Amino acid sequence: MVTINFRAADGTLRTVEAEPGSTVMEAAIQSKVPGITAECGGACACATCHVYVDADWFERLPKAEPMEEDMLDFASDLRKTSRLSCQIKVAPELDGLTVETPARQG
Amino acid sequence: MTDIIQTDVVIVGAGPVGLFAVFELGLLDVKAHVIDILPRAGGQCSELYPEKPIYDIPGFPVISGQGLVDNLMKQIEPFKPGFHFGEMTTGLEVLGDAVHPRFRVTTDCDKAFECKAVLVAAGGGSFQPKKPPIPGIDAYEGKSVHYSVRRMEDFRGADVMIVGGGDSALDWTLNLQPLARRLTLVHRRDEFRAAPHSVNAMRALVAAGAMDLVIGQVTAVAGADGAMTSATVKKADGALVDVACTRMMPFFGLTMKLGPIADWGLALAENLVPVDTEKFETATPGVFAVGDINHYPGKLKLILSGFHEAALAAQRVHRYVYPDKKLTFQYTTSSTSLQRKLGVA
Repeated sequence: MVTINFRAADGTLRTVEAEPGSTVMEAAIQSKVPGITAECGGACACATCHVYVDADWFERLPKAEPMEEDMLDFASDLRKTSRLSCQIKVAPELDGLTVETPARQG
Repeated sequence: MTDIIQTDVVIVGAGPVGLFAVFELGLLDVKAHVIDILPRAGGQCSELYPEKPIYDIPGFPVISGQGLVDNLMKQIEPFKPGFHFGEMTTGLEVLGDAVHPRFRVTTDCDKAFECKAVLVAAGGGSFQPKKPPIPGIDAYEGKSVHYSVRRMEDFRGADVMIVGGGDSALDWTLNLQPLARRLTLVHRRDEFRAAPHSVNAMRALVAAGAMDLVIGQVTAVAGADGAMTSATVKKADGALVDVACTRMMPFFGLTMKLGPIADWGLALAENLVPVDTEKFETATPGVFAVGDINHYPGKLKLILSGFHEAALAAQRVHRYVYPDKKLTFQYTTSSTSLQRKLGVA
């Protein structure tokens, strides 16, 4: 299992175990992490699983596909480290990944 | 208010489950009108994932969201339901006695229906425009901030700002540019997901000096009493620019909001409508709920579960709408009467 940390906008930290091959969004939903809505269920069609990836981790993630970039246009409060968590695949090398959930989704 | 539309059942929501309910009700000679806030049928299937494959519709190893909707529309064609698209169902009023009421259903387009039963197939609620995260924007909504265009003339001579990079943003840029005093398109990156010819037309206008394109995000707006005067855009390099703006149109896609259903007295639990698993009836007799909007022990939010729920609910709706009619269970494979209704016998 891979450990993923979710930091809420108010600083509260939640650590969850995620299965390699699943997505960061799925890990959040399974553990009922607040701040991730995932309206479309992972189809990269709604931008309500938006997260800010901690800067040192952001560089280590595979780049967003054009489809994800397009959908990010619909997200609120974008930053340079914005990603859609449904498009981040959990892998052993992501153990300890920390993302921040935005104050609001959609 | 126009004439009141009389019908057996009003179905709230034209997603896959609402559409299939038309079929199940139609086989039982129950007439339906369908209302949806989106401009077309299909609900989430059409709006969120029209091209994405679905793998768990029985009998279809794979089908796209739009493909499923197209098939359902074809399947229910023989029953000629009344469709009312682009309208939000706002009111549900109980008429007559509480034990076996009738209903008046109203929409935000001032349409009214009187019906014998209501089937709520509203999924995650209504799709509504997403609001941009600009502090204090609420105060300008309706007066200076618009999520849709009702009258293009309202934009004549205005300093118009359009925010977004999709087809809606680009289409309205091109439509309103000739009317506006000055039009500014604001998008977070210099790439657009809109149709290439619209993007090219926009770039040509920018090159000709007929409009402005600013790459960045709107961070603040200024004005008084709902009348906006300018907007502040933070550019990619962090620089802040103030742009004159008296009318703003943000296009950030749609989001699902439960909406008016919360006020219909359906005893909601966690924004879902509790039902029983025999009749799929809500706390209000004569109001039924199927698909993602309902909840019962063991509920799975699957399209196929919604289809099953629609079939069972239809039986009960028939009994509610026509208490004196006898219902004989029949198969479409063998019943000439059903096949006649489907126009195949």
